[in-house]
Amino acid sequence: MRSQALELRREARARAPEIALTVATATATALILLALVILLFDIAAEGAKVISWKFLSSSPHGLTGGGILPAIVGTVALTLLMTVAAVPAGVATAIYLTEYAPAESKLARTIRVCIANLAGVPSIVFGLFGLGFFVSTVGKGIDRAFYDGRIVYATPSLIWASLTLAILTMPVVVVATEEALRAVPREIRDASLALGATKLQTVVKVVVPEALGGVLTGAILAISRGAGEVAPIMFTGVAYFLTVLPSHVNDQFMSLSYHVYVLATQSPNVDKTKPILYGTVLTLLGLTFLLNLAAVILRAKTRGKVHAGE
Amino acid sequence: MGEKCAEFALRAVAVTSIAAIVLIVAFIAREALPVFAGTGVTEGGEPLILLTPTPLPDGSEQFLWQPVSQPPKFNIVPLVVGSLKVTLVSLLIAAPLGIAAAIYVSELCGKRQRELIKPTIELLAGIPSVVVGFFALIVLATWVQRAFGTEHRLNTLLAGIGLAMAVCPVIFTVSEDALQAVPRTYRTAALALGSDRVQMIARVVVPAALPGILASLVLGFGRAIGETMIVLLASGNASLVSGSLGLSTRTITATIAQELGEVVVGSAHYRVLFSLGAILFASTFVLNSAGERVIHGLRKKLGTA
Amino acid sequence: MVILGQRWAEGYAKGDPTAVVQVTGGGTGTGIAALINGSTDVCEASRPMTGREREDLLAKRGVPAVETKVALDALGVYVNAENPIEEISIPALARIYLGEVSNWREVGGPSHVVILYGRENNSGTYGYFKDRVLDGKDFAPSTQSLGGTAAVANAVKGDAFGIGYGGIAYLEGVKALRVRKDDRAPAIAPSFASTQDGSYPMSRFLYLYTAGEAAGDSKKFIDWVTGPEGQKVIADVGYYPLPKGPPL
Repeated sequence: MRSQALELRREARARAPEIALTVATATATALILLALVILLFDIAAEGAKVISWKFLSSSPHGLTGGGILPAIVGTVALTLLMTVAAVPAGVATAIYLTEYAPAESKLARTIRVCIANLAGVPSIVFGLFGLGFFVSTVGKGIDRAFYDGRIVYATPSLIWASLTLAILTMPVVVVATEEALRAVPREIRDASLALGATKLQTVVKVVVPEALGGVLTGAILAISRGAGEVAPIMFTGVAYFLTVLPSHVNDQFMSLSYHVYVLATQSPNVDKTKPILYGTVLTLLGLTFLLNLAAVILRAKTRGKVHAGE
Repeated sequence: MGEKCAEFALRAVAVTSIAAIVLIVAFIAREALPVFAGTGVTEGGEPLILLTPTPLPDGSEQFLWQPVSQPPKFNIVPLVVGSLKVTLVSLLIAAPLGIAAAIYVSELCGKRQRELIKPTIELLAGIPSVVVGFFALIVLATWVQRAFGTEHRLNTLLAGIGLAMAVCPVIFTVSEDALQAVPRTYRTAALALGSDRVQMIARVVVPAALPGILASLVLGFGRAIGETMIVLLASGNASLVSGSLGLSTRTITATIAQELGEVVVGSAHYRVLFSLGAILFASTFVLNSAGERVIHGLRKKLGTA
Repeated sequence: MVILGQRWAEGYAKGDPTAVVQVTGGGTGTGIAALINGSTDVCEASRPMTGREREDLLAKRGVPAVETKVALDALGVYVNAENPIEEISIPALARIYLGEVSNWREVGGPSHVVILYGRENNSGTYGYFKDRVLDGKDFAPSTQSLGGTAAVANAVKGDAFGIGYGGIAYLEGVKALRVRKDDRAPAIAPSFASTQDGSYPMSRFLYLYTAGEAAGDSKKFIDWVTGPEGQKVIADVGYYPLPKGPPL
């Protein structure tokens, strides 16, 4: 009896450091989660009071009234155009890297380094680049060639902001697609080749369909990332306010992300703007969160599928 | 024939990422080069970018970022100091939290907790930075000033806390991967030799994962110094040179964001802003290359690359 | 004054649904730079264009700048509602923003450091204040620069020892000081009357600029703005309409 109690006490003493470490690290984890929860709760609670169909579907009235329809439409147009550019390029890059490039070829390595670095370039630098390259060089070139130098494309617009964002988000697509392509078992490729399919046929008809989940995940993550960015579009096309929705790629546009910045700094009546600001933030956050959540679920599902197939 | 064409086309597209980096370097350099090449001087023949303090009429000296003054004073010291200061504050907050959380999730909690916590923290990384900046400006600003009695409502500490929310997931994710990459055999060997779990973690697992943990800090640093919207909204943007955390500060990124829209293309001010972009690009490029190299090695070990 | 541009665009589009008005934010410098670069047809400005800017426009686009006065504004000096100070002279204001006076006590307020708020350097308000109050000298480096007059007003509202400046339309929640032209002049509160008769020492016009004589849609827009509907918007937003009578 007694020796058992002693034993228990000794064990407890021996476990004390482990408990201390567990408590300390768990506290740190809890703090991070707490920050997330407070942020989400504050935004959800304040934002939910404002969000209504009317808010989402009407135009702003000053900065203290009305809705955010043009900002939603702008964000959708922006990310759609961005996706059209970024996804094919990203998927092609991933296919080349996993299916074609010799494992340790210099080119493949350089491409990988560039993609990793592209993902780390500060977003404001993309803004500088978009202005210097797309707006004042490509745009000007188009105007000189086709419009007698009249300013049509050499001005910030939807197309330039989308392309700037496409470069920024392409690494996301590449990484997700590559991961999915690698998860496709070798045997499937071998079987396809053994049945007489060419490499291209194998890639297009066998490997890529298997990896479609990964491609989709990449596209969704890219849209989510692109929708939240402000710095790259600030100088390449976003407008403070528009009376009409964008109808052409060289129109300017409003965006949810930039609208948050505008509402937070430009309103003449902060108290009146606050609800609209929260509503806009909640819409933006809801959009990016839903997209991220979809990506997480999709990724888990596709991983599960590959495992089941093994 | 079709095979060759397809491979050629894919390779051509894959090369766009190289082209993108090259174009970014080329176009930022094109606008910035005159400043660095020494031809970038003001009308009076003074160097465009200043690094030394300007003497004031009262005999004192100050580092001045006054770009629309006559003559303009483009002293980048306040901006560089500001960026470094905010970044360091954010790392001092995010690093202990992120690494501790990584240890907890990788080594101490159960599998179910891990599967819940990891994606949740990664969700934090998905919050747009303008939203974090908004949260810092509207909600945190009042709390921080009340709690710490800071002189300025928008200040270095507030911006650092905001940044920490963005940087923490980066440090957490990379550190956690690094810990997971430590082979099982290390752990079993340590336990078999009679060490308890704490000893195992402190003397075997963490040291083995150290390169990855350091890489997480380097990447976190790169993320923090390049972040724009959080500091633009939360730092107050006063171009002070000071060590105080309670005072407002101005970063390189926020300066570009505030001023680029205004400048006439090709003007001195425009070129100086591109030079700031070049400095930013170069420093994050170096940091990310170093960090990525370590991570690439890690992924190989983990078998995910 | 971007809020004004937005409300004009809104009002104008209501009367002419085919019109496309894009309002891009930023300060006066942004608008003038856009006009010079050719990316906008009409730019708003809260200060007159400088000689240098006019030269740039002529050189880049080959046409002179054409100015239209559209509204009156009083530049207000804001302090927190709890601050006991009620008035200030322009020389004292200058000393505060130059950093020569750093404690409220020196201008008759509580014993506490003055927290300076201002605008980013592309704003017309920044330029006006720098020229007219600081006599062209530099703001103290401790001046925080915020992205809009609203952000300045909001900061002062939350900061018991803050001071800021900006257009009169942004007064919500802060106290505007009465201003003396010099130490002996009477202290005048900013108002429609004191701005119109010129007794308030920090009033200014708001402008629209075009590259060359306005034509087509630009002209229609400017005519609308200077007409009764546009002038009514000015009053709604909180600025002052142009004085009636002969054109200025």
